[in-house]
Amino acid sequence: MKQFNKKNLGWLIFIAAVYIIIQIGTSTGIINAFYEITLMTILINVILATGLNLIIGFSGQFSLGHAGFMAIGAYCTGIVSIKYPTMLGLMGGILLGIAIASLVALLVGIPTLRLKGDYLAIATLGVAEIIRIVILNMNDITNGAAGLSGIPFIANWQITFAFIVISLIVIINYIKSSPGRATISIREDEIAAESMGINTTKYKIIAFVLGAASAAIAGGLHASYFSVIRPADFTFMKSVDILIIVVFGGLGSMTGSVVAAIVLGILNIYLQPFGQLRMIIYSIALVAIMVFRPSGLLGTKEFTISGLLDRKNKKNSVKEGGAE
Amino acid sequence: MEAFLQQLINGLSLGSIYALIALGYTMVYGIIKLINFAHGDIYMVGAFVGYTAINSFNFSFFPALILSMVFCAILGVAIERIAYKPLRNATRVAALITAIGMSYLLQNGMIYLVGSETRAFPQVIQNKVYEFFGLQVSQTQVMIFATTIILMLALQLIVQKTKMGKAMRAVSTDADAARLMGINVDNVISFTFALGSSLAGAAGVLVGLYYNSIEPMMGYAPGLKAFIAAVLGGIGIIPGAMFGGFAIGIIETLVSGYGGSLIKDAVVYLILIVILIFKPSGLLGKNVKEKV
Amino acid sequence: MSLLEVKQLTKNFGGLSAVSMVNMQLEDNELVGLIGPNGAGKTTLFNLLTGVYEPTEGVIDLEVDGKKTSLIKQKTYTITSMGLGRTFQNIRLFKDLTVLDNVLIGMHEKNKVGTVASIFRTPAYYTAEEKMRNEAIELLALFNLEMKVEELAKNLPYGEQRRLEIVRALATKPKILFLDEPAAGMNPQETANLTSLIRQIQKDFKITILLIEHDMSLVMDVCERIYVLEYGRMIAHGTPEEIKTNEAVIKAYLGGE
Repeated sequence: MKQFNKKNLGWLIFIAAVYIIIQIGTSTGIINAFYEITLMTILINVILATGLNLIIGFSGQFSLGHAGFMAIGAYCTGIVSIKYPTMLGLMGGILLGIAIASLVALLVGIPTLRLKGDYLAIATLGVAEIIRIVILNMNDITNGAAGLSGIPFIANWQITFAFIVISLIVIINYIKSSPGRATISIREDEIAAESMGINTTKYKIIAFVLGAASAAIAGGLHASYFSVIRPADFTFMKSVDILIIVVFGGLGSMTGSVVAAIVLGILNIYLQPFGQLRMIIYSIALVAIMVFRPSGLLGTKEFTISGLLDRKNKKNSVKEGGAE
Repeated sequence: MEAFLQQLINGLSLGSIYALIALGYTMVYGIIKLINFAHGDIYMVGAFVGYTAINSFNFSFFPALILSMVFCAILGVAIERIAYKPLRNATRVAALITAIGMSYLLQNGMIYLVGSETRAFPQVIQNKVYEFFGLQVSQTQVMIFATTIILMLALQLIVQKTKMGKAMRAVSTDADAARLMGINVDNVISFTFALGSSLAGAAGVLVGLYYNSIEPMMGYAPGLKAFIAAVLGGIGIIPGAMFGGFAIGIIETLVSGYGGSLIKDAVVYLILIVILIFKPSGLLGKNVKEKV
Repeated sequence: MSLLEVKQLTKNFGGLSAVSMVNMQLEDNELVGLIGPNGAGKTTLFNLLTGVYEPTEGVIDLEVDGKKTSLIKQKTYTITSMGLGRTFQNIRLFKDLTVLDNVLIGMHEKNKVGTVASIFRTPAYYTAEEKMRNEAIELLALFNLEMKVEELAKNLPYGEQRRLEIVRALATKPKILFLDEPAAGMNPQETANLTSLIRQIQKDFKITILLIEHDMSLVMDVCERIYVLEYGRMIAHGTPEEIKTNEAVIKAYLGGE
């Protein structure tokens, strides 16, 4: 089967290695209870950032409403999980979150994804706020401003890791396919893309829905790990937090988003004692990145196993080529 | 009926605030096509400057207002030069992200400087209440409305009757052509920021008077709603911002007054989405198509 | 009926008539030129035919396999899938993508690989992907670009970028190919190469080509028929010989008394 090639084997080994490293860390206590929070935050942020990158970096649609879809996922999972405090309950909740978030993204996307740049940004911001206000007002189901607490802790880091792998495979498979290329072409030049027969609205919506679904997964895992969620956890600030990660890693680089989530997560630990100054540092960093290196850490480049293999092959062929 | 008219009056006061802030958004967008996310926070800074002037330096209302306007004008120009000018040729996403970063910087900077608690704005205007036809209008409301009208008239004067105003309109239409005509585009842009920011500063002081409280995050929601107001009226169009500001202020007050105080914000955001879908150029705006 | 029939096509922008009462017919497998002074409305006409602009008045009908469809009010991508491909006056390649990707994107619409198939990497996905890649490389080889498949489009020299845009448009398997000033910025040698290239395309692909050009030698050399536009109106139509001696055309280009 085409799937079993050197490249995919390489990725499998890489994923297993990461898993083992984290497992060692937790078993030996290096990653203690305090660091585990950071670990979980990083893992959840990876899902959030890669999903947002799909929307902003790959399809070129500036969405500022990611927190809204995360909230949908969090609340769906929280509510279902409280009622059915089992693994099945967690999965059911996450699935429900994906379904509702995707539906909302579809409904919202169809009219608003026709808008350009800045207008789309504000529209998505508005949508996220509407979602949050609706959640705030559904007191019977969501407990309003007080939020949901006592959500059973089921999503440990292993489950979260599994979800990362799944969502990354889905997103990356999509990007590296023909519909994925069509999506990227929209970012490059929308008018040219249309002239090549590409239904730009359709692909923008697909990217938007995929991104929303992944945000819902992240929200669900967040609810299941942190046990308490409130509408105030999913404001515009949250959307900006994720945006910072994506920008830092490079709009259009999935590897960048992963690396940035890790780096910023770890950086957070060291900046904790600075309190309020930390936020100021972030803001300055954000402005500085945009002024001096808007392409972020990795720009649109990806770190790939095939890239590694290619370089190895080139080196070998140069050696074999000898005197030319 | 009385209740409705009362709400209308209250709505006009809120609308004045939104209109003042919206003017800054619309002028900046008209001239460099940027949504200045930090604009709402300049309004917040204005409120704090006014607060400090009155509390620590015993300024009275008008001097505090003037000081706030001047300070914010300078702040606006500084932000433009440091953060926005380098990105004038960058993608819109990049410029927007920078604006968001600036907004964050102002918010968190203020929290760092003065702490995040809410403060009571000193009452420098005697809170007299006028009554006529069963309706109540406070001195503060009159003050806000009057100040807003005066500032708007001043703005219209500047934009329509002065050389700088003409330059502003030229740069809004076509910056390159304006440059070729000898207009110093950089200065015009700075001037626009100065004007818009000063209006936001004024709004900050007025809001402090009206609602009595200020806090570092106060710029976020009004900023967003003022932007929605600018879009409603027609982004880039000055009368549009004025119209939009009052419209949103009245709508929000009415919704809140008739029992929807929890959803009033959602209604405003919904208005935004509806406008963007059906008439993105705004109620007073014209459609412009991209040349292929 | 002709392949493409345009009747009384008009486009007004406010008070300005960019294109006015234009009639045009395109038959199968012919090479037609569209010329006119700058600002005559040639690109606007292209944009009307490809759905970028909506006409104020008029008829645009495409007849394929006996079926007649109106192209008015259709989305650009639908029109492209019906068989109208184009290049742009100012090159609009996907600059940060590779040469191969540019062509593959052109092929996307005709090789419907679905979202689900792509995500789950079904055998159907791999088959389609391989077929597209092979076809794309073959197409690029015809235009001597196969050595540059992994190059980023923005790194290609100007002449090759123009060629790539044509390849990309051909990848959409058009029945009519609109070329918008393909020789712009080319020196005489490059223009000569382009001329033989266009002839080659017509021979190999058996499609109709509508060519906007300012380079008269290219147009007179290669086109079987020529339409002449001035101030949005069609002032002449005929063979290159007829156009060369047409008084109205000469006046339009050189000015009259």
